[in-house]
Amino acid sequence: MARGEGLSIDTRPASADSTPARRGAVSAFFARKRKTQVALLLLPPAWIVVGYLAALVVLLVSAFWTTDTFTGNVIHVYSWENLRSVYTDHLFRTVTLRTIGVALLVTLIDALVAFPMAFYMSVIARPATRRMLVIAVLTPLWASYLVKAYAWRSLLSPTGALTYVTGGHTPGYGLTATVITLAYLWLPYMVIPVYAGFERLPRALLEASADLGAGAGRTIRSVIVPMVFPAIAAGSIFTFSLTLGDYIAVGIVGGKTQLLANVIYGQLVTANDQPLAAALSTVPLLAIVLYLLAMRRTGALENV
Amino acid sequence: MTTMLRRTSTVVSLLAALSLVAACASSKSGNTSTSKRSVPKIAMATAVGPGEGALNIIVWAGYAEDGSNDKTVDWVHPFEQQTGCKVNAKIGNTSDEMVQLMKTGQYDGVSASGDATLRLVYGGDVAPVNTNLVPNYATVSPFLKNGNWNSVNGQMYGIPHGWGANLLMWDSKKIPTDLDSWGAVFDKSSAYKGKVTAYDSPIYIADAALYLMATQPSLGITDPYSLTPSQLDAAVALLKQQKSNVGEYWSDYTKEVQAFESGTSDVGTTWQVIANLITADKKTTVKTAVPKEGVTGWSDTWMISAHAQHPNCMYKWMNYIISPTVNAQVAEWFGEAPAQTLACQHTVDKSFCDTYHALDSSYAGKIHYWTTPQTQCVNGNGKSDCTDYATWVSKWQEVKG
Repeated sequence: MARGEGLSIDTRPASADSTPARRGAVSAFFARKRKTQVALLLLPPAWIVVGYLAALVVLLVSAFWTTDTFTGNVIHVYSWENLRSVYTDHLFRTVTLRTIGVALLVTLIDALVAFPMAFYMSVIARPATRRMLVIAVLTPLWASYLVKAYAWRSLLSPTGALTYVTGGHTPGYGLTATVITLAYLWLPYMVIPVYAGFERLPRALLEASADLGAGAGRTIRSVIVPMVFPAIAAGSIFTFSLTLGDYIAVGIVGGKTQLLANVIYGQLVTANDQPLAAALSTVPLLAIVLYLLAMRRTGALENV
Repeated sequence: MTTMLRRTSTVVSLLAALSLVAACASSKSGNTSTSKRSVPKIAMATAVGPGEGALNIIVWAGYAEDGSNDKTVDWVHPFEQQTGCKVNAKIGNTSDEMVQLMKTGQYDGVSASGDATLRLVYGGDVAPVNTNLVPNYATVSPFLKNGNWNSVNGQMYGIPHGWGANLLMWDSKKIPTDLDSWGAVFDKSSAYKGKVTAYDSPIYIADAALYLMATQPSLGITDPYSLTPSQLDAAVALLKQQKSNVGEYWSDYTKEVQAFESGTSDVGTTWQVIANLITADKKTTVKTAVPKEGVTGWSDTWMISAHAQHPNCMYKWMNYIISPTVNAQVAEWFGEAPAQTLACQHTVDKSFCDTYHALDSSYAGKIHYWTTPQTQCVNGNGKSDCTDYATWVSKWQEVKG
């Protein structure tokens, strides 16, 4: 795929219904309507600027304001105080480190689970089984996030199924439960890119590796992992950034722990301090930008 | 070379964005707040016309029952039939959430507790209430009228609804001996390690302060909402110690119901309505008590939004909800003292009002009602060395760590 196409998974269907004749008619239409053509071309950048960048700028600007601590009304007085406290406060630092730790752990678990799954789906399974497995991976995405999180709450509860099966050895609610739940929730976002990565792995390379005397372990290390790594990196962007922004799962299974997004939510809703919440949300923003820059070095943004 | 160029352009565009931000943000600095607060001038209704056909209200769980929790508990449908106002009730889980929702201007009214009322009044989010337009107001308990939490300069900003206490609840199957002290969730909470629960809100700091008020007089706490920095630190230290025994905090009532029923929590602070819901579900048995150290509590007020789209329906609702029969129904369902004195004749349990001390102004005076902590101490000692709610919020986040 060409450079700069970004994070798209190749799912182009064989153009079945767009017969050459009809395609010709569509192109002719756009060739005639020059203005429509320009308008259509401008739509995506306009959406990015208005819907995305403008919202971010408003957020960043409000980080410089303060609030009336009693009524919670925003006072438009310029101040660096919010950003200063966000990056120096001990509590915020602890929570940020915990959140990034959870995000990395979730990403690692998902990568470790997704790798053999995607390998089996792509290389070993027969075409019919493969289709079934892809559907099986995607189906949980149809169920509501809350349903899945509450399902884990009941699984992990002191009287839940896990207690029954393991004879009482459940992690209970807390950070471990949060990591397990989030890893479960985001797994499809890792499996699909890695599966796509395996699909592009030339099978001949595996045979060549075997012919040259490499065992399974050596082939995985020297052939498969280097070639699939950009796909894992691409999937990790989803798992990492989704975890950074999550506050619902930790509220459901996290017991008494909190993550960065809970603190942001707390400042916004409990303290009614929108400016401080905005200042706090620059932290995950920065973390994601840094992560994206790191992933760019792996080629994840160019090869998938 | 191309990467170099691209990187430079990224930096340039980032700088451009930042300067834009700085330009927008550097508006001239004005004075933040004046020493004496003034109430924004908002017009008061002078007459109640026909209903607008709809009513959007923010309520505490249990205040607007439409029969979906219990078929026999329904006062929303009769109201809709009488007035033609279709009720859309949004449950607020904490006072802070209610304040936040009211600020959207999309609701006609709210059942606000004392830690939200003044924030709404001074924030210009609610309008003064013309009590002449609410006939049932005449027979509301006198000690609830013109309170410092629901009126300003003799002008009522709402209609009193009911009041009650935050109770201690425990699972009586797992804890057979009756509890009578908040120590069960503080000093002696290690006995229930991992099974203690607490209300996930900064206002819960007051519960710790109240316990310290009774057990450590040397701290000199006189009012759980007027805490000097050192007193606040003592309360926070107690809460941090409690945290090691907490299994999870609850912020919405369904979470506590579920936590007790699944055995996740065995002891903690609660509202009577939560105990009622657990009892109704019959999955476990719980008991509640007013501990000997005293209790924090709430006194709720129906307030009308300054931006109400259905003011007539809201006035009709305020009159309806404190009418003797309906106020009795709500009070019995929620487990609180009704504001309406005549409600006591309409309760199913004839001793209900005695149990909840509904007409007993001296008992009502003993509950430490939720109020918003301010720098100017709210106990009225004239000092201004107290900690404000914003400080409480950061301290609460610190407790949770």
